[in-house]
This record gives sequence, structure tokens and C-alpha cells, in this order.
Amino acid sequence: MNNIIKKFLPQILAILFVVLIFGFLTINAQTNMDNRGIDFGFGFLSQESSFDVQFSLIEYSGSDSYARAFLVGLLNTLLVSFISIIFCTILGVIIGVARLSSNYLIKNSAAWYVEFFRNIPLLLQIFFWYYAALRALPLPEKANAWFGVTYMTVKGYYIPAMVWENLNVFLYCGLAAIISIIVLRKYANNLRDTQGKQIPVLLYSIALLIILPLLSFLFGGVSLEFELPQLKKLSKISYIYEGGISLPPELIALVLALSLYTSTFVAECVRAGIEGVSKGQKEAAASVGLTPNQVLKLVIMPQALRIIIPPTTNQYLNLTKNSSLAAAIAYPDLVLVFAGTALMQTGKAIEIVSITMLTYLTISLTIAAIMNWYNKKIEIKEK
Amino acid sequence: MQTINFLKPNRDNIKNYSIIGSFLVLISLIDVISNAFLKTNLTFFLPGSLSSFFPLILGLIGLNMIRIDYSGNKTLDKINKNINTNNFNAVLTLLILFSIIKALPPSLSWMILDANISGDSKDACTGTGACWTYIKVWFRRFMYGMYPNEFHWRINTAFILVIALGFVGYFMKENLKKYLALYYVIIYPVIAYLVIYYLISGGSFGLQWVETGAWGGLSLTFIVSFFCLIFCFPLGMIFALGRRSNLPVIKYISICYIEFWRGVPLITVLFMSSVMFPMFLPEDFFMDKLVRVIIAITLFEAAYCAEVIRGGLQSLPRGQYDAAKSLGMGYWKMHIFVILPQALKLVIPGIANTFLALVKDTPLIFVVGLAELAGMLALAKTNPKWLGFAMEGYIFASIIFWIICYAMSKYSYNLEAKYKTER
Repeated sequence: MNNIIKKFLPQILAILFVVLIFGFLTINAQTNMDNRGIDFGFGFLSQESSFDVQFSLIEYSGSDSYARAFLVGLLNTLLVSFISIIFCTILGVIIGVARLSSNYLIKNSAAWYVEFFRNIPLLLQIFFWYYAALRALPLPEKANAWFGVTYMTVKGYYIPAMVWENLNVFLYCGLAAIISIIVLRKYANNLRDTQGKQIPVLLYSIALLIILPLLSFLFGGVSLEFELPQLKKLSKISYIYEGGISLPPELIALVLALSLYTSTFVAECVRAGIEGVSKGQKEAAASVGLTPNQVLKLVIMPQALRIIIPPTTNQYLNLTKNSSLAAAIAYPDLVLVFAGTALMQTGKAIEIVSITMLTYLTISLTIAAIMNWYNKKIEIKEK
Repeated sequence: MQTINFLKPNRDNIKNYSIIGSFLVLISLIDVISNAFLKTNLTFFLPGSLSSFFPLILGLIGLNMIRIDYSGNKTLDKINKNINTNNFNAVLTLLILFSIIKALPPSLSWMILDANISGDSKDACTGTGACWTYIKVWFRRFMYGMYPNEFHWRINTAFILVIALGFVGYFMKENLKKYLALYYVIIYPVIAYLVIYYLISGGSFGLQWVETGAWGGLSLTFIVSFFCLIFCFPLGMIFALGRRSNLPVIKYISICYIEFWRGVPLITVLFMSSVMFPMFLPEDFFMDKLVRVIIAITLFEAAYCAEVIRGGLQSLPRGQYDAAKSLGMGYWKMHIFVILPQALKLVIPGIANTFLALVKDTPLIFVVGLAELAGMLALAKTNPKWLGFAMEGYIFASIIFWIICYAMSKYSYNLEAKYKTER
């Protein structure tokens, strides 16, 4: 009897507590909304949004619905996260490896880089790039060309746009190349396991990746042209570039700050991963007669990656969540477009904030679930 | 083969090689230094692109010449081992040295030589460098926000009192030490709250009432992070224990709580506290914006705290639990006297990192209209009398935050090293 009370009393109390809190909040919300004449519902999503968004990946205008505005914001969030993840990975790996260098100067420069960018709040870094550094760039008419065809100006970064013809044929060819590489790898692994033969998979893969898309240009009727940005006079003193793609300074500032800040954490993960592989592994591999390249590829990297990937994915997740700081410099991401502008216009605070939070929660939980699955998968291989 | 040998020094010709090599390196450094500081080009006689590569090539040849294994010279061996192991390393070494030398003069002149600090208006800034006058004039605003100037002593006194109270634990008598945890978890937060409420808010004891809207600057950063810090730790501990519980309901409530807060960005949590939370409060109940923000950040950080503490609980060997149980201890006795003291010791570095993240997150309260340091900077930036000094402001704020965060992270490294050896 005593045991049963011990087991069930706390649980019942906990449920009661949670129910009471939620009940209290719901009743309050109900009375508040009744008093103010607001009704709860998601019907507003299909209404006309009637506000414009500065930068959008898909076609969008004021006459589209709030649901579409949500999609615009979500895509902008994913875009800035994706670009920053690529840059922070490249930078992070370089810095992480540099921290293990035998060169005193490189080692310490990398360490100071990490200490420097890690210990300044991300918001301040974003403000610094946006309000201070990027404002010092030249005006469009005074900008020098970078790499001949791109222009970095105070109004944004102008790059050539690609004009495709029969893009789908090209994409199918790329897909075919990737599928054939996967098949090839399977075949090569099988060959190695059963007959002990090695074939240069990497070489074949690269050749496939180049040749198949190239064939699409020759026979598939695919053609690619570049549309270069051209300087155009708007009025006496105001110039602008037309044509090509223009990346707004908000995006550039965000990508810079996010990738520099997160690269320090990625660097620490990479360093910990490589340090985590015991020295004996390297020596054992060398004594079996593997070349230094093989030691790195077959022994060190697989083990280091196992340590590196989980925390690094966590950092990617943090980066995606941190990209919501975009709202502070008016980059039209999910938070600004939806929890900012749309909320102001509709006044549907509860619905909009919950949708925004649930969106981020879904992204996080999905990646977390994939990570758990991956961790389980690599755990089985361990003896 | 002859030519390769010519470039390969050994112990016999070490003297010639080391002298010539160091001379070449020296010349390359002098070239870069004169280029950076005096704006002269010593290699003007060379064609354009070669002139810029010249010091690198020269330095590389020089470093190649002094690369002698087991030379017998201690300094030379040290240099070779640390910055000159192979050609690739030598190039990187030179590039880093050159970029440091090149970056020095412009940053020095901007920050110090051409900068202004005298005067008290924008006109005093005549130099081409930074205008530190701006920081000097706005310093009190950056530190205390819109808090009335004549009452700044109240903030200072409150901070000194709170810090002093925090150190009371160190000077407690031996027989009172067992109440230490009680003091820090319950008594200290209450006293700190009262001190800050009565001194900074005022309203009684003859002190004028200052509403929280006027609070701001770095002091607000400290207030917010201090309260979040002392409240999120006990809350995190409860949820960490909850997640490890055998009782399914409590376990899943804790998991939901932790995963929810860890899955959303802080900025949406702050939005929630400012636009959505008032809807959930009783009609005539008013809660200050600052209090709402502190509650929001506390709930958010508690989830991260809980995960860190859970890591510590998990890393304790099972034997500790079994031993405590075999002594007849119940759940609470076991955790308070056996498990938590050991687990918390293990997670001190992790907790320190969480607090570091908390301090770095506090500037975010700017998005709900509380003007702490970043918010004051945004305000000062748009002041018509002081346009165009964003760079100085952000560098100043970055330096302050960097010092705080760097000190905290170094302290947590120290703690980590200290507790690592004890186990």
C-alpha cells in the first residue's frame, strides 16, 4: 500500500499540476480574447496579406495569402542557414585542423580566432557587420569588380545570374550520375569483399560526375548563359545594378556573422574529434603497412568523424535557430515576416507565435531524430 | 643531384647557411615592414606582380636554408621545430607574419594615433581615426541606460551589496556550512531580489521610484543574467532529476519540457513573453516587461541546464546509487547527500558554459524593446547629433563583452582542470 502511494501520488500530483497550469492559462486567454473581441482560429492564413517582402526566393506579392508569406519567411530562413552551414563547415574544419598544427604561429592564430569570435555575442557581431562594416562599402557607381563580374556595393552584392535552357534535362543527368556512383560503389565494395580486387572508385566517380552532365550539354539541348549585372542610372546621383542576382546586405551580414561565430564551435568539435582518436590507432595502422594517406582515409577519419558528426550537427541546429536573429537587422526571415509583420497586421498573437515556435521545433526534432538514428547506427559497429 | 644538395644544408656548412638564411628572412621582413609602416617599396625595380611576391620568395628561400636537422644550436632547433618544419609550414609562417605586420599600422592609426578622445561634442573629432569622444560622452548611457544620472550610485551600491552577499558563503562558520546550499538556493535569491528592488526600483525609504523602462545599458545585462542564472539552476536540477525518474508521467513531462525549450530559438521565446504571455494572465493582473523577460529566459535556460546536469547524473557509476540505497536511504536523502554533491561537482564546467551562453544571449532582449547595451548602441546611433559612429560603438561593446565572456570561459577551464585531477 505504501509503495503504491509512493509510486502514484507524485505522478497524479504532477498531472494535476500541469493540468491546472494549462487550464488556468486557457481560461485566462479565453476571457481576455472575449473581452477584446478576438476570436481564435487559423482562418487568417488564407486571407490576403497585403504587405511586401523585400527579398524572396519564390514569387510573392501583397495579394498573396499569409500562408504564402509564411513560406517566404521559412525559405529565407532555410536559405541563410544553408549558406552559413556550408561556410562555417569549411572555415571550422580549416581552423580545427590548424589548431592541431605543429606550427606555433598557426596553432596560436587559430586558437585566438576561436577565442575572439566565440566570446562576442552573436547579435553584436551581426550589428557590427551590418551597421559598421558593410556600410563602409562603396556606392554602386564607385564599386570595383570582384573576379571581373561581381560587384560588392553598399546596396548589396551583385552576381551574374544563370539562364538555363532545358534545366530539367541537366538535373536528370546529374541525378543519373549520382545514382550510378552509388551503384558503382556498391559493386566495388562487393568486388573487394569477395575477390579482393580494388578499382579506383573515386576517379570513376569524378569522371561520371563530369561526363554525364557534359553529355547533356552536347546532346540534350541544354544551354547555359550568364546574365551580367549592368550599372544603370536611376537619377542624377542614384545608380543601381540591373540584371543578375542581387544579394541584400542583410543576407551578407547574417551569413558572415553566423558562419564566423559557428565556425569556432565547429572547429572545437573537429579538434576534439581528431584528438579523440588514440595515437595507437595511427601507429597500428602504420605498422600494418598502410601509407600515410591510407592511414588518414581508412583509420583516422572514420573514427574521428564518428566523434565529430553528432556535436557538429548540434551546432548546425544552433545555427538554424540563431538565424532567427535576422529579425534584428530586418532580413525577412520567418520571425520577421511572420512573427513580426503578419502579427502586427492580424493581431493573432497566440496562433502566430505558436506556429513559428512549432516550425522551429519541427526542424529541431527532425534533425535530432535523424541524429539519434545515426548514433544508433554507428554504435552497432563498435565492439 | 648537385643542385639539390646545394640547397640542402647539413651540419658541416651550418654556419654559412644559417647566416645567409637568417639574412634573407630578415630582408624579407624589413621589406614588408617598410612597406607597411613607411609606405615605401624597396623592390620598386621589380615588375609589378613579382614585387609583391618578392618578400615571400626571399623568406621561403631563407627559411629553407636554415632548416637543419639536429643542428646543435638550441635557438635554431627551436625555430625549426616550431615554425619551420617543412616548406608548407614555412610559407604559412611567413604569410601570418606578413599579414600581422600589414594589419598593424592601419589598425593602430585608426584606434590610437589618429583617434580623438578630447572634447564633448561631435566637432571635437577632427582626426581620420576613431572618435572615442562618442564613447566618452555616452559612457553613462551605455552603462546605466536612461536611469537618472543622480541615482547611479544606487545601481552601484546594489551591485556591490549583491556581490558581497554572494561571497558570504566563503566566510561562513564551520557549523553553519551545512546550510550553504539552502542559503544559495533560497535565501540569497530572495535577499538579492529585495536589494535590487528597493535600491534600484526605489519607491520607499525616501528613494524615488524609477520604472524598469528607464533601466538599461550594461547594468541591465548584469541584472537579467544574474536573475536568470540563480533561478535557472534549481529549476534545471528539478527537470534533470525528473528526466531520470522511474515514474513515467514525471519522466515524460520533463522530457517534453526540455525538448520543447531546446527546440525553439530564444528570440521566439522573447516574442512570446512580450506579445503572447499577457494574453494568458488574469485580466487585471499586470506584470512588468522586465519580469516577463526574466521568466522567459529562465525557463529557456533551465532546459539547457537540465541537460548538463543530467549528463553529470549519468556519468556517476551505478555503485553510488546502490551503495546509498543499501544504507537504507530514500530517494531524496540519496540524491541530496550522495548523488547531487558528486554530480554537480562534475558538471561545473558545463554549467559555466551554459551561463556563458546565457550572458551572450542577454543582448537579445533588445528585440522586445529593453535597451541594454546593444539597444543603447542602436539608440545612440540614430541620435542626430552623433550620426556615423556605429563602428566605435560596436567595437566598444564587443570589447566589453569579450572581456566578460573570455574571463568566464577561462574560469570554467580552470575549474575543469581543478576537478579533473580530483577524480
